[in-house]
Amino acid sequence: MLGRLTMDALPFYSWVAMGGAGVTVLGGIAVFLLITYLRAWKVLWTDWLTSVDHKKIGIMYVVLSLVMLVRGFVDALMMRAQQAVSLNSEGYLPPEHFEQIFSSHGTIMIFFVAMPFLTGLINIVVPQQIGARDVAFPFLNSVSLWLTASGAGLVLVSLVVGKFSQAGWTGYPPYSGIEYSPGVGVDYWLWALITSGVGSTLAGINFIVTIFKNRCPGMSFMRMPMFTWTALCASILIAFAFPGLTVVAGQLVLDRTLGFHFFTNGDGGNMMMFANLLWIWGHPEVYILILPAFGIYSEVVATFSRKRLFGYTSLVYATACIALLSFTVWLHHFFTMGSSSNVNAIFGIATMIIAVPTGVKIFDWLFTLYRGRIEFHPAMVFTIGFMVTFVIGGVTGVLLALPPADYLMHNSTFLVAHFHNMLIPGALFGYFAGLNYWFPKAFGFKLDVKWGMRSFWFWFIGFYLAFMPLYVLGFMGMSRRMEHYADPTWQPYLIVAALGALCVLCGIVCIAVQLYVSAKKWGSARDITGDPWNGRTLEWATSSPPAAYNFAVLPQVEDIDAFHDMKIQGVAYKVPDHYEDIVMPKSSWLGPILGGLAFVLGFAMVWYIWWLAALCLVLSLVCVGIRSFDDECDYILPADEVERIEKARLEQITPADLHDMRDFLPVGPASGEILPGRA
Amino acid sequence: MTDTAMASDLLEEEEKKSLLSREFGFWVYLMTDAIIFALLFATYVVLSKNSAAGPTSKDVFDLRHTAGETALLLISSLTFGMATIAMARGLSGRVIMWLVVTALLGVGFLAMEMMEFHGMIAKGAGPDVSGFLSAFFTLVGTHGLHVTFGTLGILVMIVQIPLKGLTPPVRSRLLRLGLFWHFLDIVWIGIFSVVYLPGVM
Amino acid sequence: MIEANSGRSVRRSFKPFAAVLLLAAGGLLQGCGLSDAPVLFPKGPIALAERDLLFTAFAIMMIVAIPAIVLTLFFAWRYRKRKNGAVYTPEWDGSWVVEAVVWLVPGAIVVVLGTLVWTRTHEFDPYKPIVSDKPAFRVQAVALDWKWLFVYPELGIASVNELAFPADRPLSIEITSDTVMNSLMIPALGGQIYAMAGMRSELNLLADGPGVFTGRNTMYSGDGFSDQHFKAHALDENDFTAWKEKVAASPDVLDAKTYLELHKQSVANPVTYYSSTEAKLFEIILRKYAPIMGPYESEAAELICRGAA
Repeated sequence: MLGRLTMDALPFYSWVAMGGAGVTVLGGIAVFLLITYLRAWKVLWTDWLTSVDHKKIGIMYVVLSLVMLVRGFVDALMMRAQQAVSLNSEGYLPPEHFEQIFSSHGTIMIFFVAMPFLTGLINIVVPQQIGARDVAFPFLNSVSLWLTASGAGLVLVSLVVGKFSQAGWTGYPPYSGIEYSPGVGVDYWLWALITSGVGSTLAGINFIVTIFKNRCPGMSFMRMPMFTWTALCASILIAFAFPGLTVVAGQLVLDRTLGFHFFTNGDGGNMMMFANLLWIWGHPEVYILILPAFGIYSEVVATFSRKRLFGYTSLVYATACIALLSFTVWLHHFFTMGSSSNVNAIFGIATMIIAVPTGVKIFDWLFTLYRGRIEFHPAMVFTIGFMVTFVIGGVTGVLLALPPADYLMHNSTFLVAHFHNMLIPGALFGYFAGLNYWFPKAFGFKLDVKWGMRSFWFWFIGFYLAFMPLYVLGFMGMSRRMEHYADPTWQPYLIVAALGALCVLCGIVCIAVQLYVSAKKWGSARDITGDPWNGRTLEWATSSPPAAYNFAVLPQVEDIDAFHDMKIQGVAYKVPDHYEDIVMPKSSWLGPILGGLAFVLGFAMVWYIWWLAALCLVLSLVCVGIRSFDDECDYILPADEVERIEKARLEQITPADLHDMRDFLPVGPASGEILPGRA
Repeated sequence: MTDTAMASDLLEEEEKKSLLSREFGFWVYLMTDAIIFALLFATYVVLSKNSAAGPTSKDVFDLRHTAGETALLLISSLTFGMATIAMARGLSGRVIMWLVVTALLGVGFLAMEMMEFHGMIAKGAGPDVSGFLSAFFTLVGTHGLHVTFGTLGILVMIVQIPLKGLTPPVRSRLLRLGLFWHFLDIVWIGIFSVVYLPGVM
Repeated sequence: MIEANSGRSVRRSFKPFAAVLLLAAGGLLQGCGLSDAPVLFPKGPIALAERDLLFTAFAIMMIVAIPAIVLTLFFAWRYRKRKNGAVYTPEWDGSWVVEAVVWLVPGAIVVVLGTLVWTRTHEFDPYKPIVSDKPAFRVQAVALDWKWLFVYPELGIASVNELAFPADRPLSIEITSDTVMNSLMIPALGGQIYAMAGMRSELNLLADGPGVFTGRNTMYSGDGFSDQHFKAHALDENDFTAWKEKVAASPDVLDAKTYLELHKQSVANPVTYYSSTEAKLFEIILRKYAPIMGPYESEAAELICRGAA
């Protein structure tokens, strides 16, 4: 009846496991009680969980990501603590726990922190940047969110019921096969990947169609803001790469569950194929994570340098080049598998070629700073921190792309330091910059600058402290994923790295304090104009937070910096001749239901509860069937209502709130219809 | 009265736009599906000689049976095409008739495939025997699963057309289902020429 | 005159400065425990060449990396917002000269590095036998959970978790695995290569002279992974003969049964010597996972292949 699920699955076998389970369960109960105490269940369900509004879905993605960031970071802290003390000793974690921790750390950070963070930011921002009212498929958007959330749920549940994978986040077979990893851990990992992977694929398709079909009049491809461009390239990569993940994870599921022989030792399996298939997804994935961050840097650097972005065309082509090339380099993840010199050399050279467009991007941002009027807002500081640190990661990346050098550095902590160097200052700093930059757009008030700067410094210094020692340890011959070690010269470095992790912890605490402090003094930091930074792109033309329809009248775009141009022309904040009815998508409870079914389906497959899995599959199909009959999924927001909302907004704005645009043109008029004395 | 008329005009216009997006989105979806098949094909090619201690492709493939399956699937594509033509003429009765024929052919194909799989497993050539058979069952089985979903989709349309008539959303849905169905045909031709033909050569 | 003087004085003051810098660097390396870092101070020509490639590529990339970092910080400081700030050109958004430089210079560097990659990858192919006036010393390495078995086909002996070879001969290791994927590496001598069941990979290394180096599996393989390391001894003629005799005197024999015992999982397995081994043991282990099965060539082969498979 319950497959292989028995009482033994509960974590009463060790204090560490019980601790993890306890925190998870108590956290869940606390959230439940808090919502009940606030009597917020109904609001939560009708206004948020069932919502198909891209802004709310985006916010929920980012919330999911921040929650998982804490979980993934606790893993990191535990690993650093273990390695700091485990010279010639077992430390405080037995191998079994240590292995689960590094496996879940990687899985969570990639799939449930980085992916939802960037998907959330794209969701909030891209439709507004292209002057659209929503994404192309609002309901599908909700399904994507809930599939991702159900994957995250599976990872969290594995702390309480059963164990997580011990095979690392890449899960190479044959170790991850049923013969060497017979428990449920790898299955949790696989089903979390599959559900969230399908969610990501659908999100990718959605953004591609949105950007192709929903741009407002005048928004040609070469007038799209850089963030939209990078979102488009990342979405195309998602659509091309994630099916690969689905295939390889599905094959490993078949190997493990039904005794297939894709990747087994013997019986005609081929484990090298796993490495190939995984990295055919995995390398583009790196660029899926980092391209949107590049987009954020582009927006931030132009806004806070008070200049047009340098080399827009160049940046667009560089982005497209990176996206294209990202599919040609996957083999550099396993130069040491024994491929011929020709193969290794070709993939090594292809990898280096990517460094060219990436370098171009750095220099384009650099020349955006040049002769600017730079303001050190937290978003900008994260960007500068990124530019400095990312170069180091790029250099070490090219070093690893030299096959003979890679023979020395592969599987070492040098490699660990390299990819954290790409993903923390590269991707995560970008997301944090985006958080500081677009927070007022999503919530209507600004984030506290002081705590933002503190979080930056802790993250920045913490990153160097935590990962520079790992570069050095790589030279000293330390492999990754070691639970303990015998070389006393390694320990000082590992202690410094642990201190770095503590420093990053302070950075995370600062972000939490920043959110709290900002929310507390909400009133004084309100963003009335919807344009707190004197922004350049269209998302700043809407109110903060935007009305459900974003734009009462779809804007007409004349320039790359569309909104900046409108402000200079004096047509921003203009009251239109008349308002029109607006068609809006209806909320749907099918999104969260489908996510819930995916979660139970995954759980049932992990524990071999076949009847439950079959039931979930049938119910999911029924849900899809129900949706296919629904031709009335839109409603009309009448023009009067739109007018009322817009009037209320414009009445609040006084000329003093508007930005002075005279800096930008020698004889330029100040912005806005309601500014007195406008030329 | 005029208000409601205007509102329904607006809804219709938005619906038209949304349906166009859906058609484009469906093409993108098909592309992602094509990548799944491409990787399954690649896996099959890598593993096709790894029959370990189990039977080889020559031992298990029967081209006559496969020819039967191919015929059913190709004809079903043709009948779906007939349904589409009928839809263009607005003859909903004909559309339903052709869809029923297509669904029957699809079910026939699935029955033949199940027979083939069942026979192979009974002969000791199940997917857990060797890498070659794992890859074979996964590739052909994934195609079969797609045909199953396609057939379910046809059944849903057979119910929808009499209920809703040939409204623009129904037409759009039928068009997309048709794309899916023809796509599966192309994949099958790939399977025939990459799996079965070289397998018996 | 003044310029020449000052130039000389700069040079004069530079010399002791450079000496101090070198000393400081040396002391720093010592203090940081880096003087033993096998990758930085290799003990064999292959590892040295691989390290030199690392350093060369690093130096070449500094042409781009240093200006990028320095200019970022400099521009950020110079063009910060302030009263009477530096020149401000809000509409300046492109320059063909700058574009050409930022595309072409990194492009040129990649051409240089690419050439380097092509030649060096072929030169330091781990499968390529090392040219030497002495024949290579052949060793067969088998990855087990969680230890390394070394078989010496020339000598008919075997050892676990200890590798010994004559320091003056190139070392040619054939590698396979009788468990999950592993990766064999002796960092002081050169790079690594994966060990995979049913497959034979190869690593050719050479030591500068006698010495003891640490080797290990670098590919995470389970609970005993952290302890899966061994000492590699490059021995001069006398020491190697002594070592051979020590192993040959061992009472343990690696027959099929002992191998099945050894194949079981063990953590931090002590160094073990075997005075003789099953014939063609390495080939049998390879065959265990080969795609095509057939009749076994010997009883021992059948026992090994069936015993754990």
